[in-house]
Amino acid sequence: MEKVAIIGVAQSKYEQNKPETFAEMVYDVTRRALEDAGITKDEVDNVVSVSSDFWDGRTISSMAIQDSACAYGKDITTVEGDGTFGCLYGMMRILSGSFGVTIVVAHHKGTESNMNGITNCAFDPLVERKLGIDAVSSAALQARRYMNKYALKEEQFALVSVKNHGNAMRNPLALFPMEITVEDVMNSRRIADPLKLLDCSPVTDGAAALVLAAERQAKKLSTRKKRVWLLGVGHCSDAYRLGDRDLADTRALKAAAKRAYSMAGIVDPLREIDVAEVYDAFSYMEPLWLEGLGFCDDGKGCEYLERGYFHFDGRLPVNPSGGRLSANPVQVAGLAELAECVLQIRGEAGDRQVGEVNVALAHGINGMCGQSHCVWILGR
Amino acid sequence: MSDWKKDVEVLVHQGKISVPYSWTVGSTLSRWYCELRDNGKIWANRCPGCGTVFVPPKAKCIHCYLEPHDWVELPGTGTVETYTVVRYEEPKLHPRKAPFVYGLIKMDGADTCLLHFIDEIEPEKVKVGMRVEAVLAEEREGNILDIKHFRPLG
Repeated sequence: MEKVAIIGVAQSKYEQNKPETFAEMVYDVTRRALEDAGITKDEVDNVVSVSSDFWDGRTISSMAIQDSACAYGKDITTVEGDGTFGCLYGMMRILSGSFGVTIVVAHHKGTESNMNGITNCAFDPLVERKLGIDAVSSAALQARRYMNKYALKEEQFALVSVKNHGNAMRNPLALFPMEITVEDVMNSRRIADPLKLLDCSPVTDGAAALVLAAERQAKKLSTRKKRVWLLGVGHCSDAYRLGDRDLADTRALKAAAKRAYSMAGIVDPLREIDVAEVYDAFSYMEPLWLEGLGFCDDGKGCEYLERGYFHFDGRLPVNPSGGRLSANPVQVAGLAELAECVLQIRGEAGDRQVGEVNVALAHGINGMCGQSHCVWILGR
Repeated sequence: MSDWKKDVEVLVHQGKISVPYSWTVGSTLSRWYCELRDNGKIWANRCPGCGTVFVPPKAKCIHCYLEPHDWVELPGTGTVETYTVVRYEEPKLHPRKAPFVYGLIKMDGADTCLLHFIDEIEPEKVKVGMRVEAVLAEEREGNILDIKHFRPLG
């Protein structure tokens, strides 16, 4: 199979109540990703956008950003979900042999709407939706189940928030860089027990774009330093209904990780991967997903965190960007993670550079409580 | 280059989307809700392949992809697998005022959990592993709120 590279990246600053329209944000990041790749819009023939019509408040909203995404007079197609799945679709279209240089661009303007109302609508209107459940209250059910299954404490989850907000101090794009303590998290407003305000990511506006190209084109268009290869990918989904799953069981993520590692030739992820960006929409999710990704045994994520494994200077720095806890542009999140991994591999991550990075992992989710996962391995 | 943007008064337009839907409930869930509404019974269905008993019933088994044709009546009791005390108000979404409790209840006689409210107990006293029973609404309309909530058993 031909290899595919990311040859350009761009991200907006992640903010609340951004003054730009979503089309303006898409224009900004698409233009800068093309600049980063050193190519023009005329060299692009495949555009994949990532967005959610419900969040945008506009039906088939990709049609409204087509010109901003440099797809005027070309093709545009959309993934509704996380950016990691958008990148997957972009790569698949390249590998089909029908498309060449590809833009994958995601946008999110969550602060223009009501998160609880929108995420409530992700639930079955015939059953759970009427109960008023949403992303936060369902995550709280998952957090409690995880705590109960492995005898974990809220203070251990709080440490994730402390670490990631601290990491965000090095990221000028993050929304909430903060030096906080476990006590600050524990004393923050209770939202849905066991989750407090500082266990929850802030819904954030933002956009991100990647430029993808197959090996031959990538080598022709870009320099060795700019090229980052997509070495492996895996994706898998679990049951839709919360009650049909054990919310502390990461079987779908394990299957996705296994496929990504197999494709990339990773045998020992903790030893072979240098940095990871994982979907920490809520504090407890980071250790849970790290277990599913095979960086430690089930139930041991918090213990490894306490021992410093996942800190900025640890054996595997996790979310050196500050993670979703410091800025959560929902559908954009996974694409932002991929962009961060690219910057880390290129050595262009500025103050948040974790050292020399050869192999990086990005992980995104779709659906409530991580129903579906997409795992990427990137490398030189 | 874009210096003029700094001086612009950026306007915000208010909007609201209101679109009605009439969703069919389908044969499987309709049968479940009719039993609940008319006879006050909570039923489940069983996969003929793996034997998994689903509540609410499913049109197909998530594991075997077979149609669970066998229907079984449940006693309406169960065990709290996980719960949360919701502290925020969302009056257009929540059928009750905060604080209230959502639980995933592992139903006796079934292999899955049912999401519902846990009530008739102080939120702080709810525990994982607690035994609960369904309390039915007096006026039932054929939807999930025909179960009013679950309460501690006994």
